[in-house]
Amino acid sequence: MQPDTADEARTRATLPPTTAASPDLEPSAVQSAYAISTRGLVKSYPGPDGATTHAVHGLDLDVHRGETFAFLGPNGAGKSTTISLLCALARPTAGQATVAGVDVIRQPDEVRRRVGMLFQQSALDSDLTAEQNLHIHARLYGLSRRHARLRATETLEKVGLADRRRSRVRTLSGGMRRRLELARGLLHAPRVLFLDEPTTGLDPHARAQIWEYLRALRDQHGNTLFVTTHYLEEAENCDRLGIIDHGRLVAEGTPLALKAAIGDDRVALRTGDDAAARHVVAGLAPEGRAITLDADGVSLRIPDGSTWIPRLCAALADQGIAVHAASATPPTLDDVFFHHTGRSINAPPSHGTPTAMVPAATPAAIEEAP
Amino acid sequence: MTAPAPPASDASSPPDRPAVRDGTGPERVPRLWHELRAVHALVHRDLLRLAAQPVHTGLMLVQPMLYLFILGGGLAALIPNSSLGGGYQTYLFPGVLMMTVQTPAIMVGIRLITDRQSGYVRELLMAPVRRPILLLGTCAGGTLVATVQGAVLLALVGAIGLPYDPLLLLTLLVGMMLTSFTLTALALTLAVTLDRPEVFNMLLGLVMMPLLLLSGGFFPVGNLPGWAHTLAAANPLAYGVDVLRRCIAARVPDRAAPTTVEWSGWQPPVLLEGTLLLTVGILALLWAAHRFGRPE
Ligand SMILES: Nc1ncnc2c1ncn2[C@@H]1O[C@H](COP(=O)(O)OP(=O)(O)OP(=O)(O)O)[C@@H](O)[C@H]1O
Ligand SMILES: [Mg+2]
Repeated sequence: MQPDTADEARTRATLPPTTAASPDLEPSAVQSAYAISTRGLVKSYPGPDGATTHAVHGLDLDVHRGETFAFLGPNGAGKSTTISLLCALARPTAGQATVAGVDVIRQPDEVRRRVGMLFQQSALDSDLTAEQNLHIHARLYGLSRRHARLRATETLEKVGLADRRRSRVRTLSGGMRRRLELARGLLHAPRVLFLDEPTTGLDPHARAQIWEYLRALRDQHGNTLFVTTHYLEEAENCDRLGIIDHGRLVAEGTPLALKAAIGDDRVALRTGDDAAARHVVAGLAPEGRAITLDADGVSLRIPDGSTWIPRLCAALADQGIAVHAASATPPTLDDVFFHHTGRSINAPPSHGTPTAMVPAATPAAIEEAP
Repeated sequence: MTAPAPPASDASSPPDRPAVRDGTGPERVPRLWHELRAVHALVHRDLLRLAAQPVHTGLMLVQPMLYLFILGGGLAALIPNSSLGGGYQTYLFPGVLMMTVQTPAIMVGIRLITDRQSGYVRELLMAPVRRPILLLGTCAGGTLVATVQGAVLLALVGAIGLPYDPLLLLTLLVGMMLTSFTLTALALTLAVTLDRPEVFNMLLGLVMMPLLLLSGGFFPVGNLPGWAHTLAAANPLAYGVDVLRRCIAARVPDRAAPTTVEWSGWQPPVLLEGTLLLTVGILALLWAAHRFGRPE
């Protein structure tokens, strides 16, 4: 799943006017450039021993119409809670939110009519067939019998399950169920679609399939997608992303902008004598740069990392320190995530504890005294 | 990639969807219509589930039949016909009908709890329908399924010596529908207050047996001590059995059997008993809908 730049460019270009103005759109909905807009949104739960848990703690968020917005955050950050507030399932403790042009507090039913939802926890009636599940749901949304049948067929085709329409849900694979739920969320042709970890627990192939359908939705119908995910490469493909931690939005922007904001590349060196190399690097690098010595060698964050490699290598060679490997990597979304939350989203090895067997290496980073 | 549907189908609103404005004025009528569709959807779901599990449905019907033919047949030989009006099987029939409708009614409660655990209820709550309406639909579905199952048992009236009299069958059906409704509403009331299906099951296991035995469906409660009468007078199943018994008595007077409910020696008329059942059912449903409707 490489970032499809052509794809992204197309969506960006068509950003504001995408959504084909439906005849029943309210004037207020047409005027707003935002599909989702929240101000000071708060949701508190009574926590253990009388304390209050602020699941969402003053959230200000704007999502443009027609964009795919990724919502990242560590476990318990408040992603699912935010989604249930936005689709008017839960009432906010304070603050306000407008979704698809409708106020979630004053017109919750109207909000639900306009949004589609894929919950984190999958729930289908496993005794019924795929088609029956969809039909019942369409009727719950007030579609006529004929229209419900039509939409069930259409959406099943859209998610590639037309040939399994008469299969009992319990005979479907996990990926198929998730696609069926996606179809269910699309039955009433919502303009805004919330997807709470749509691909968690699926194999790469099933994940790619889900994203294929999501991209088609965005490109062909201009749907606004609000997606939470734990996969950074998925967030990378989204138009913009927001990072939430402890119920607050800590960063927001396009993946590129967020990475650029961190700025520095990570330069890593593996040498014959890392400890000595650290001193050499410290002498060369601009003042105040933290130089890390860990199992992977010596590393530091610095702008234009690759231009530093020849200079560092030359200086190390002068001191007779052999350089085994040198690399400069631009910041990744994981770095962005780590920068803002202090945690790594998937705890990959690069940010986890260093491999144990390496001798002498202190796991803790050594800070350079200025 | 699947062939995409024409964009228009997705971007525009469904043709049958009326333009919904603020929660005032012209929205009223279509909203009610939408909500009726939602109720219908829930009833439809129950019927589809019934059809999807024929074995399960069949097994649920076996138990009352065993009671009717084995217990009823066995005891009929011991009990002189005169003591109970008609034969024992005729006496037992209302109790067996009650058993038949009681099982599916209780299942509705269990399913509400498991649906809540599985997240299905949240899917339902996402529908643009007032929450109490969803509970109403669930209750309607449960009532219908219970009545349908009871109706199958009605086919057996000939086997226990009652005539296939259309009016008799109709009144029995109405009586069963009434008791199904009340039992479903009571099961839902319990279900919205409990979180775990095990607790629900345990509670019912504890309560159902005495309720059934004290309903007068299996033996006349009249021979038991006074406390049993008091319990019977507070037992919705006893009212249900009485109603069904009187449906039989009205059409086949020579099979009339003594009724159960007595208020200090006075036997309330069938209409009053029916009204009470209905009232209890409605009150239970209203309360359950209120509990269910509370926003998170
Ligand atoms: N119904 C509830 N009652 C009490 N606390 C709740 C409730 N729902 C959520 N919380 C708390 O709110 C916080 C945010 O939960 P939420 O489910 O929104 O997190 P999340 O970001 O979706 O996490 P995950 O990635 O694990 O899905 C958590 O601390 C959780 O314990
Ligand atoms: Mg979550």
